[in-house]
Amino acid sequence: MSIDFGAYEMTLLTTIGIGVTVALSLNLITGFCGQISLGHAAFYGTGAYCAALLTKSGVPFVLALLAGGALAAGVGIIVGLTSLRVRHDFLAITTMGVSFLFVGVVRQQEFLGGEMGVSSIPDHGFGKLGFMLFALAIALAVAVFSIYLKRTWMGYAFDSIADDEDTARTVGIDVGQYKLTAFALGTAIAGIAGGLYAHQVRFISPDSFGFIESITILSMVVIGGIGSVGGIIVAAVVLTMLPQWFQFIEDYKLLLYGGLLFAMMRFSPGGLAALTNKLLKRFAARART
Amino acid sequence: MSALLQTRDVVVYFGGVIALQDVSFHVESGELLGLIGPNGAGKTTMMRVITGVVTPQSGTVMLDGQDVTKMRVHTRVRLGMGHSHQLVRPFKAMTLLENVALAAGFAKTRVPLRALALTSRAGERRRALELLELLGIADAADSTPATLPLGYLKRLEMARALALEPKLLLLDEPLAGLNHLEARRLADTVVEINESGRTVVLIEHNLGEVLRICSRLVVLDNGRKLGEGDPHEVMADPLVRAAYLGASDAAA
Repeated sequence: MSIDFGAYEMTLLTTIGIGVTVALSLNLITGFCGQISLGHAAFYGTGAYCAALLTKSGVPFVLALLAGGALAAGVGIIVGLTSLRVRHDFLAITTMGVSFLFVGVVRQQEFLGGEMGVSSIPDHGFGKLGFMLFALAIALAVAVFSIYLKRTWMGYAFDSIADDEDTARTVGIDVGQYKLTAFALGTAIAGIAGGLYAHQVRFISPDSFGFIESITILSMVVIGGIGSVGGIIVAAVVLTMLPQWFQFIEDYKLLLYGGLLFAMMRFSPGGLAALTNKLLKRFAARART
Repeated sequence: MSALLQTRDVVVYFGGVIALQDVSFHVESGELLGLIGPNGAGKTTMMRVITGVVTPQSGTVMLDGQDVTKMRVHTRVRLGMGHSHQLVRPFKAMTLLENVALAAGFAKTRVPLRALALTSRAGERRRALELLELLGIADAADSTPATLPLGYLKRLEMARALALEPKLLLLDEPLAGLNHLEARRLADTVVEINESGRTVVLIEHNLGEVLRICSRLVVLDNGRKLGEGDPHEVMADPLVRAAYLGASDAAA
């Protein structure tokens, strides 16, 4: 490679890897199983706090990462239980509540560092390059897993639940079990991504996992194209890089992402993936004539 | 023959309105039973009690000797109950073939984590195509529901229910909205399905077809059972005639 591959590029690629992982984790719940979540950052944060506190008390990094995933999945299943009771807009409001609840609770807890957050999180010990490769490998594994899942009977059942859950019941699908499975898988992966994030920046505070972060993750999924693994990867890469390149975006994140979400819902509900397909078809048609 | 389905003293209220009052009837194994009654008689509510969408305030539903009153919809499906909706409910994003193949794979979708290890859909797709052929809609196997007329979707409902290999097939107004010829053809298919050994409960407004194909009738009116038995005898009953034609006509 001719460009200088320095510390900045490695940090950026690591951040992208984590962004892709967390976006794909929400896609399992919202894209594949059709359950909207406006509180995904809470699970990302659960994993981050759990892993950070564990490595601080001497637990090896990889083990702490897995524990963060497990705890996030535990919380995810509890939140998933609400999806058995409420649907659509009401589920959106409930999960939004989870987002605020997480920040509210963490702020008040002395052992979680309160407002000040958790600092001097131990080094992961992989080195900058190693950690970047590790984060990218996890993102790749999650992408491959997502594509595989879509082809399995679990993916088929998810499709039916996202389509019409009452009808899914009439073909013998245990809708509740499948929804909880989606929440468990998606939140476990989000928890692992959170652990990676905590050990990349080595300082976390409640604000890193608030509502804005939840909306950012949801934006990646919606702008990429709900359910489309390729589209979401592109959206996650772009939306992770934009704030790095243009600092002012950081200050107007909610406005920008809110606007993008609205524009996508209004003009291309299938996201970038559908937009690309449509354009390709149009070009193909033009090429024929 | 033994009772495959038995409902006992089923009571359903919606708010203060009585939808079903002490309704008991049974379905013999292997028969083609017609469940009829005027609009608002409680037929669809009865069907929903049987499938598990509506929980009765009191009364029981037994399937094959097992009390299923408290069981959820998907559990009953797995015990052998297949049903088609009155208002068609296809999976809109799936083709007809995929709609039916998903149902045909009911053994594979039983446990989520096991479903994660299974990918092959070939067998289920073959079975689905057979069923689409049986119902005469195989030409639209690769179309999505949005592009198809109601007649196709009614048959799709039936194909999807059959794919579950049900012991008991519940059909809620499969002929409604079809023209005379289509209705007759679909009714013949119902007979074919029944003759292949499947027990069928048919809820239907099309009395002509019901009288032609059903071996026994249960008549509901205003949430009560009005009569049951041989179709022509039941229809000759003055009470049943009154419910259908109005009291004065029956007296005349």
